[in-house]
Amino acid sequence: MQETGFRKSVIPVTAVLLAILLVWSIASVLLNTPWQKDIYKRAGTQNVGAVEFVKATMAQERPVLPSPQQVAVEVYNTTVKKKVTSKRSLVYHSKITLSSAMLGFAMGTLLGIVLSVAIVYNRALKKSLMPWIITSQTIPILAIAPMIIVVLNSMGVQGLVPKAFISMYLSFFPIVVGMVKGLNSPDTGHMDLMRTYSASNWQSFWKLRLPSSLPYLFTSMKIAIAISIVGAVVAELPTGAVAGLGARLLAGSYYGQTIQIWSALVMASILAGSLVWIVDIVGRLVTHRMGLNHA
Amino acid sequence: MLESSVAPKALERTLYIGAACLGVLGLGSLLLQFFGASLLISTSLLVVVAAVVGNKLASHNSAMAAVWLLATSSLAAAFLIIFLSNYDAETASVPYAFWFLVIASWALAWASVSRFTEINTLSRTVNGVLTVLIPLIFGVWLLLLWEFVTQGHDVPKVLLPAPSDIGDRLVNSVPTLWADFKQTFIKSVLTGYIMGCSAGFLVAILIDRSPFLKAGLLPVGNLVAALPIVGIAPIMVMWFGFDWQSKAAVVVVMTFFPMLVNTVAGLSAASKIQLDLMNTYAANYWQSLFKLRLPEALPFIFNALKINSTLALIGAIVAEFFGTPIVGMGFRISTEVGKMNVDMVWAEIAVAALAGSLFYGFIALLERVATFWHPSMRSTAR
Amino acid sequence: MSESVIQVDNLSLTFQTNDGPVHALSEIDLDIQQGDFVSLIGPSGCGKTTLLRVIADLEKATGGSILVNGVSPAAARLARGYGYVFQAAGLYPWRTIAKNVSLPLEIMGLDRTTRKERVARNLALVNLEGFEKKYPWQLSGGMQQRASIARALAVEPDLLLMDEPFGALDEIVRDHLNEQLLALWGKTNKTVVFVTHSIPEAVYLSTHIVVMSPRPGRIQDIVVSNLPRERTLDIRETPEFLTIANRVREGLRAGHSYDDVES
Repeated sequence: MQETGFRKSVIPVTAVLLAILLVWSIASVLLNTPWQKDIYKRAGTQNVGAVEFVKATMAQERPVLPSPQQVAVEVYNTTVKKKVTSKRSLVYHSKITLSSAMLGFAMGTLLGIVLSVAIVYNRALKKSLMPWIITSQTIPILAIAPMIIVVLNSMGVQGLVPKAFISMYLSFFPIVVGMVKGLNSPDTGHMDLMRTYSASNWQSFWKLRLPSSLPYLFTSMKIAIAISIVGAVVAELPTGAVAGLGARLLAGSYYGQTIQIWSALVMASILAGSLVWIVDIVGRLVTHRMGLNHA
Repeated sequence: MLESSVAPKALERTLYIGAACLGVLGLGSLLLQFFGASLLISTSLLVVVAAVVGNKLASHNSAMAAVWLLATSSLAAAFLIIFLSNYDAETASVPYAFWFLVIASWALAWASVSRFTEINTLSRTVNGVLTVLIPLIFGVWLLLLWEFVTQGHDVPKVLLPAPSDIGDRLVNSVPTLWADFKQTFIKSVLTGYIMGCSAGFLVAILIDRSPFLKAGLLPVGNLVAALPIVGIAPIMVMWFGFDWQSKAAVVVVMTFFPMLVNTVAGLSAASKIQLDLMNTYAANYWQSLFKLRLPEALPFIFNALKINSTLALIGAIVAEFFGTPIVGMGFRISTEVGKMNVDMVWAEIAVAALAGSLFYGFIALLERVATFWHPSMRSTAR
Repeated sequence: MSESVIQVDNLSLTFQTNDGPVHALSEIDLDIQQGDFVSLIGPSGCGKTTLLRVIADLEKATGGSILVNGVSPAAARLARGYGYVFQAAGLYPWRTIAKNVSLPLEIMGLDRTTRKERVARNLALVNLEGFEKKYPWQLSGGMQQRASIARALAVEPDLLLMDEPFGALDEIVRDHLNEQLLALWGKTNKTVVFVTHSIPEAVYLSTHIVVMSPRPGRIQDIVVSNLPRERTLDIRETPEFLTIANRVREGLRAGHSYDDVES
């Protein structure tokens, strides 16, 4: 069944992606036209053929909107062609962003799980802390990022950790909210069954609550991993970091290197997309193995 | 239920005993140091009496114990604040007694929270008060501990200003904060939010008639919702300039996809029976859209509106890190961080937090009015 | 006085599934007259609901012919020629009872005064006066189902199609609603096609009982009831009633062996 569903969506998705590329290309031609006309005017060039003109608009050095193939070429050049250790390699920058995001994600997940277990088993904690956790979801916590970086820097903590701290901070909230929901998801029938066995808290946690919370955990982890990439990228903005995808974005915006901005953006998207995909696959495998997704 | 009513009792007993011990310790260390005068002594006595009486009360009447503990812990906290305000932490370090008493009165407050959670009543007013009071005690104590630690330990303001410093700064820079709020929230966030949400909604309605487009756009939309879209901020700044228009553009892109995906999902939420019913009435597409499918989609649409309220603020603030005119919440945060005026940053964050939760609360309120009939609303409404 | 409301001739319906064709209906011949109360009875999978859905133009037949009110089911549907009651009440939670009953009338484009008048009249028919301003979730299951019957009646069709309308209700409520339905039918001389799997319900309500059997879905027997049109619940104790019930039961038994029935 899943395979037919997959096949059913491949053609439409491909069509939509192609349409996006097409719109992107057309937009880049249209947006770059004024500048190109300006160039020709100054150079005194006249009678440029339409095909040539379009080609020229899609190959400017600092276009308003780079064409898809320019970005693709840039990404290719800065990943495959450059040495991985080179400062100009996107792989190098991705690795820096990725490692702080991953460290933060791992810490955030762990913290989130521990806190959610404490909340589920302590009513006072639940009643006093849960409202704040829910409220904190409504506030733009990402705004705090520059301050954390600078403050930690001034305390002598530098490099990976401050950035990871922001990713942790961001990813921990969805985990807590999802896990509290998940740990409370067994219905009264199942909970009552455990009570008829006079199972201990510990037993009903391992045998009932934890397994039934897993689908919720993976759903929250998908959100958390995406947001921890965002956190790592944004964390690289305020300090004028020299390395990382966020630094590439910032440098690109200083020097008007649009192609560089776009390729950093594409790289960050690929990173986020594939991480979410990996979590999704792992989640499916685990829940399938545990026989949880028969419905 | 069962496990939670047993476990805290043992915990509480420890808290009482711990509080009493710490009170005695505070008293003892005071006598030893012969320092800091009568305020801390009376606080110590208060804490000891509070813990002993609280322990006695707790076995008879939860509510009474809770109120008693709340009152005494608040009083103790007030004493400690007064002590701290008369004390110059820069010249000499605060006596140990102070820290013992901080921990002791915090333990009392926690015991009161734990007593309050034990109260079982059918009264709606009491329950309503409790749902606000319990997190409030927690929040206030978080601020208190923050205040005590930063003031008592004389933490440098560039690291972490005390809540009182932040409060001072907040009150003293209302005009700046208001200007930033207007620039970021009213201009960028609201404009972008309204445009992005309506665009997402309209596109969802448009593609609703084409299963092919739905099958194609839904996975793409879901994917895009997971991407670091704030990264387009530098591009938008290049396209739309430094002013609020570029921030609104970022917000439009960020809010578009959650709305699109949720509306499409919501439009297919109507059950088979409901659709059949519309068929038996020979209802046309628009009739069944307006009378059945849109009302069914409302909970989904509100979900997107709520998600987007946070996303919009984040988008606008982060976009300002890439360049703005000299006003705006994100601008203020990044420049004041550079100048090490951390209290101003905190004041700005407090405004952002308040704006964010009020915005969210407003939409949640609208949701309650518009989807009063939905089971999730009914259980809380009655 | 009798004229055909529904004429079914050699009707068949075959679903194409991944496991090959499924013959949901096969060689169905049926003629329903104005004022008849016809029950379709049979085990799960015999196609009784499918037949009702074909009449309502919610499914398309793949063979044979069918006329509803003398025209095709699609034309009858577009002319709002019938009211349909589903197994679940399917009331809109965001509309009051009165607004729910008025829903089909709004879709038909009737004006406000007509709507108001019809809503009041039909709510009275199902004894729901005074509940106009309530929301469906404030009512019991039986009352919800009565409201959904009022909603079907509000279209004021001569033909009422009911798909196990009382199937989800307990027996006491069901008896009560059966009585009310019968009274309603007596008052209005409507034609009713009623799907059920309860023998007493079918015999108690109907003038004709169509016994169906599965694989392929077909008509096993049509039992014509000789009970008087006006009946009370006590009639279920009479020998005439039991004779008819026995014949229905035999028809059901002849249709299939019980051990291969999927529930």
